[in-house]
Amino acid sequence: MVSAAATLRTDPAPPPATGERIEIRDVSHAFQLKGAPLQVLDRVSFEVEPGAFVALLGPSGCGKSTLLRLLAGLDHPSAGEVRVGGATVGDPDPSRILVFQDPTLFPWRTVWDNVALGLEAQGVLKARRKRVDEALELVGLTGFDKAYPHQLSGGMAQRVALARALVNDPRLLLLDEPLGKLDSLTRLAMQTELVALWQRARLTALLVTHDVEEAIFLAERVIVFGPRPARIVADIRVDLPYPRHRGDPRLATLRQEALGHLGLAASW
Amino acid sequence: MSTTASDISAPAAAIGSRGLPGLSPVLLAAAAAWAGTAGLILAWPEIVPQPYGRELAGIALAIAAVAAVVAVTGPLFGRVATGVRTYGAWLIATAALLAVWEILTAKTGVLPVPFLSSPQSILEVFLDDWERLGISVGYSLALLAKGYFFGAVTGFTLGVAVGWSRAVSYWAHPVLRLVGPLPATAWLPLAFFIFPTSGAASVFLIALATAFPVTILTWSGIASVNRDFYDIARTLGARPSFLILKVAIPAALPHVFVGLFMGLGTSFAVLVVAEMLGVKAGLGWYLQWAQGWAAYANMYAALLVMALMCSTLITVLFRLRDWTLSWQKGLVRW
Repeated sequence: MVSAAATLRTDPAPPPATGERIEIRDVSHAFQLKGAPLQVLDRVSFEVEPGAFVALLGPSGCGKSTLLRLLAGLDHPSAGEVRVGGATVGDPDPSRILVFQDPTLFPWRTVWDNVALGLEAQGVLKARRKRVDEALELVGLTGFDKAYPHQLSGGMAQRVALARALVNDPRLLLLDEPLGKLDSLTRLAMQTELVALWQRARLTALLVTHDVEEAIFLAERVIVFGPRPARIVADIRVDLPYPRHRGDPRLATLRQEALGHLGLAASW
Repeated sequence: MSTTASDISAPAAAIGSRGLPGLSPVLLAAAAAWAGTAGLILAWPEIVPQPYGRELAGIALAIAAVAAVVAVTGPLFGRVATGVRTYGAWLIATAALLAVWEILTAKTGVLPVPFLSSPQSILEVFLDDWERLGISVGYSLALLAKGYFFGAVTGFTLGVAVGWSRAVSYWAHPVLRLVGPLPATAWLPLAFFIFPTSGAASVFLIALATAFPVTILTWSGIASVNRDFYDIARTLGARPSFLILKVAIPAALPHVFVGLFMGLGTSFAVLVVAEMLGVKAGLGWYLQWAQGWAAYANMYAALLVMALMCSTLITVLFRLRDWTLSWQKGLVRW
């Protein structure tokens, strides 16, 4: 990506993207709710280039989060095909990590042990202990390794959740409204950090959000979903280099466009 | 842990340390009260002659001396002094209680001796029969330890299995529903008949009494684990064994400890009944034996020892829980 390279001022030759390509083909998904099927995804198809940052934008409960669960391998689609890196998604794998809206840290583990969870589960913690310290440093939580989750603020907890994901060197980061419950100041700071993390790790990032501003400020491309069952109503390219400026008039234009697709243009 | 403990005792300590920073009026009053009780024991002639009056008075004087020393020296003796100062008001109350008890039994006979024993006669049991009491405590602890250990391990394992596996739950649930609520003591006649020794039968009964609450609470703990924990662990590459050992069990531990507490309580009850009816040893047997000889002072002494034993065991379990669940905040204190 030209825009990504432009921000890496200290490193003129950025490493090649290590992220995975995503292919979603005619994916439909339904839940059984009190015996009756509830259609949440209706023949959704799109592709994401390796190393891209794409936001999925849409009203609450439209099935965006379901899409992330399908990509993570936690659920399997009723119909259609979900492919990551050319292979159909089977069981969950540490190369595709999902970060939830709630940090969902394990309260009985210290910050360090929470971040080490993935390496421990894969049985490689002994060889890669340094990666845990590096991940904590990456999210700015060095010195908090012995703290317990209940001692952390919401923003810090979510940063631990990010470190817990990044320590596994994922090639696809699935972010399910990770900043949704943070206060607005923490949220703005974390948005900037998220872009920096993505640029450093060169992974594919898929962000689910219902915050139009956040989607347009963060992503290279915004896929807009309609109400349930989710269908794609627009695919917006955000042709702005990083680091972006929140006051950029181009962002305002794109936000207007996205809101128009969501049927909310009148309120602006 | 220690900070929270001192937080709780802080208001109580304030009562003991009002006034001069070094000198404690409450402890001085406590020293006077214990010295007064000692004088009362020595000076007032008994209506029924009692043994060990001088020894009892000696103990009271010793307590008075300790209270007086701490009252003057303040925090010089560290944690012991802090403990004594915290319970200064209690020291006064117990001295008064001992005096009243002494007057009502040994001095005036208002309460019928020996059904309500005098303090001296209970002291006599401790001084003359400590060997038999000690052996009884040893037998009780050994029996309880065996039964509780097997019960806790079985209950925990079964609870995890029922909480984790649908197949185990399908088969175990109806059996637990039917058999679980049955008091373990109801099995007593059958157990003594089936098992080769009454000791083995008692271990089985105590294990049974312990296992039911531990099973139910472990099961409910496993069942109420936040499903997101599993999803997170699975995306991070966790296998089923990791999900059970590193996710389900740690998350369920607070529940498990509730079950362990309930199990310990019921195991005490079964222990005493088993010792009274089958095993010819232990504190339950000592109580039964003392009743047979109409040795009421021995019964009171045994009850006191039993209370101390049970209370200590509960405290040990609380300490273990606090240590294991130190990641939790706002724990209930014992």
